[in-house]
Amino acid sequence: MSATANYLLHLADNAVVLGQRTAEWCGHGPVIEEDIALANVSLDLIGQARLLYQQAAVELGGDATEDKLAYFRDVPDFRNYTLLELPHRSALVGYAKSDMDYATTIVRNFLYSALMVLVWESLQESKDTQLAAIAAKSLKEVRYHLRHSRDWMVRLGDGTEESHARTQAALDHLMPYTQEFWTDSSIETAAVAAGVGVNAASLRTQWDILVDNTLTEATLVRPALEGYVTQGKNGLHSEHLGFLLTEMQSLARAHPTATW
Amino acid sequence: MNTVVTPAPADAIKAAWTALETLADPEIPVVSLRELGILRDVRQGADGLEVVITPTYSGCPAMGQIEEDVHTTLQAVGLQGKVVTQLAPAWTTDWMTDIAKEKLRAYGIAPPGGHCAKGRTEGESVLRFVRGAAESEPAVPCPRCGSNHTVESSHFGSTACKALYKCLDCQEPFDYFKPY
Repeated sequence: MSATANYLLHLADNAVVLGQRTAEWCGHGPVIEEDIALANVSLDLIGQARLLYQQAAVELGGDATEDKLAYFRDVPDFRNYTLLELPHRSALVGYAKSDMDYATTIVRNFLYSALMVLVWESLQESKDTQLAAIAAKSLKEVRYHLRHSRDWMVRLGDGTEESHARTQAALDHLMPYTQEFWTDSSIETAAVAAGVGVNAASLRTQWDILVDNTLTEATLVRPALEGYVTQGKNGLHSEHLGFLLTEMQSLARAHPTATW
Repeated sequence: MNTVVTPAPADAIKAAWTALETLADPEIPVVSLRELGILRDVRQGADGLEVVITPTYSGCPAMGQIEEDVHTTLQAVGLQGKVVTQLAPAWTTDWMTDIAKEKLRAYGIAPPGGHCAKGRTEGESVLRFVRGAAESEPAVPCPRCGSNHTVESSHFGSTACKALYKCLDCQEPFDYFKPY
């Protein structure tokens, strides 16, 4: 598989997994405006995933299609960050039942959007012209996602005692997963060498500034980065991704020849 | 011999433009695809007529419908063409004509204000955009009563391209077409 195809799949898997997770709020949002907001964010992410999967299918050739890439690959094939597959709640085993926690949703979307504004900005210069075009489009969308999640970080963090405590807890839970952003992977190294991808580690300083500014305004304390460094982008996932994919892929797998 | 049944490329392009000129957006039917900047070009491709469209947002669910509408419109005037979706340059509300903006306002949707693409792509940093957003955004006038005394009730609205506002004078909620 070419460096470009692998990299496109990494970006597409990120978008589709977070898009699917975010869509879980559809019809369950804490207020109607946020229900609509998250459905919109999800739609943008799934739209980005489609463009990326379509381009990956072109790179792969043969009988690859966007639907096959999204619906007929399994957990070890997915190259998304582990952060994005986690449920909307604190650390619990995959099959546990619990209410969804909006603070977890907001903190995750904030941490990821803050990264992606920088990634898409850089990828506008990608040697792959189609990826550069997708980046220019996605950048506008993710800037808006960042604005939304950042506003809520401040509202919740600098809000009531309860909203502050829950947002801080979500941040403590999720921040260690961002270590994966900065580690090397064969996919990214090959894509950078080919002039197609961006070296995420080079974006870290800018990401830190953005995150720290927001945390200060939100009166939240930045937790230490420590513990296990996840490897979702290398295909080693938490138990949560299997549950997510099962739900997302069940319809396509039950009716593999269906078209719509 | 083909010239008898197939119009010359230049004539076909002209006829296609005429037919597509008034084709309405499926979600906001008061404005045409051309006025919105979604319909980018009609040209002669390797296999005949090509109609170039660009999505507003990556996940815009209307793109399938738009493609179908283009085909139907062309067929109605005896033309056949291929619809090409083009991503670059990325769509911006700066392409929207003043006439289209006025039509939106009359329809009850506040049109996008200011110029967006310039500030966001030419050196304006991401950090500054986000942090300064609340202060730097101009007031959005109410499309019904014209008052500037309005407030954003949600960043997101009924479609991906709109936000939800409320007028504090006439008390009406309204959609705002986001500058993008």
